[in-house]
Amino acid sequence: MRALEPWVEAPLQTFLAESSARLILLMTTSGQVVAQHGFSRSFEVMTAAALGSAIVASTEELARIMGAPRFGAVVHGGSQQSCMLAAFGTPRGRWIGLVVFGTETSIGIVQLFFDQMVEELVMAAPREEPARAPLAENFEHELNASLKELFGR
Amino acid sequence: MSPTNAVLERVTRVPGVRGSLLISGTDGLVVAERLMDGIDGRAIAALAANLIQRLVRATAGAGMRIPTFVHLRGNTGSVLAAPGRNDLVLVALAGVDANLGLARVEMLDAVGRLA
Repeated sequence: MRALEPWVEAPLQTFLAESSARLILLMTTSGQVVAQHGFSRSFEVMTAAALGSAIVASTEELARIMGAPRFGAVVHGGSQQSCMLAAFGTPRGRWIGLVVFGTETSIGIVQLFFDQMVEELVMAAPREEPARAPLAENFEHELNASLKELFGR
Repeated sequence: MSPTNAVLERVTRVPGVRGSLLISGTDGLVVAERLMDGIDGRAIAALAANLIQRLVRATAGAGMRIPTFVHLRGNTGSVLAAPGRNDLVLVALAGVDANLGLARVEMLDAVGRLA
């Protein structure tokens, strides 16, 4: 498990232990990865983050057109593996969780412990965001640093 | 009253039973529930379904038949579960003072009637 910020690790570790999920990706709504477990290549993470955030954006827009409140979660059920995408609010902005799980667990268990993890993340999140330099200057450096942190190389 | 709600009503009427719910065994989601305030049906559904799934795997692994009734006894009460057809499981929460024999009879009868 790799996380860009240390306070994310404990709630994520508990979620993984309790839910038996195979993969998880936490990201911002713009697709920036915050933490991941189970992915082995940065390319996979970046692709999953981009697709996941796009799906959430599409469903939220669909909900808006329908005049409905935001959907709580999107679940793609499969015979061997399923995938849940859920957006949630944190003091650091709106985040998205992408969880892949197999037949050894169930959507009920994954949702139950995901909601618990969200509560723990909201409580653990530092209220003050660290000051950062403007994106344009540091973008490439920050991207490389994030990938190194998430994959340990 | 729908047949499902009638089933839950019958089980809940047993003395000492604090609530009952019909859940999806594979997904661990609530199909219908009749619970006292303060009881989290979603959590019970998820955890009870997980328990049943593991028991089914364990009994299958041991070459035994799927359990028809599960009684999980705790210090302050019991969780009763009766797997039925179409992946449905009838679950009841009972206090220590509950008439467990009657609850068992009602649940087995009810789960047999569910389509």
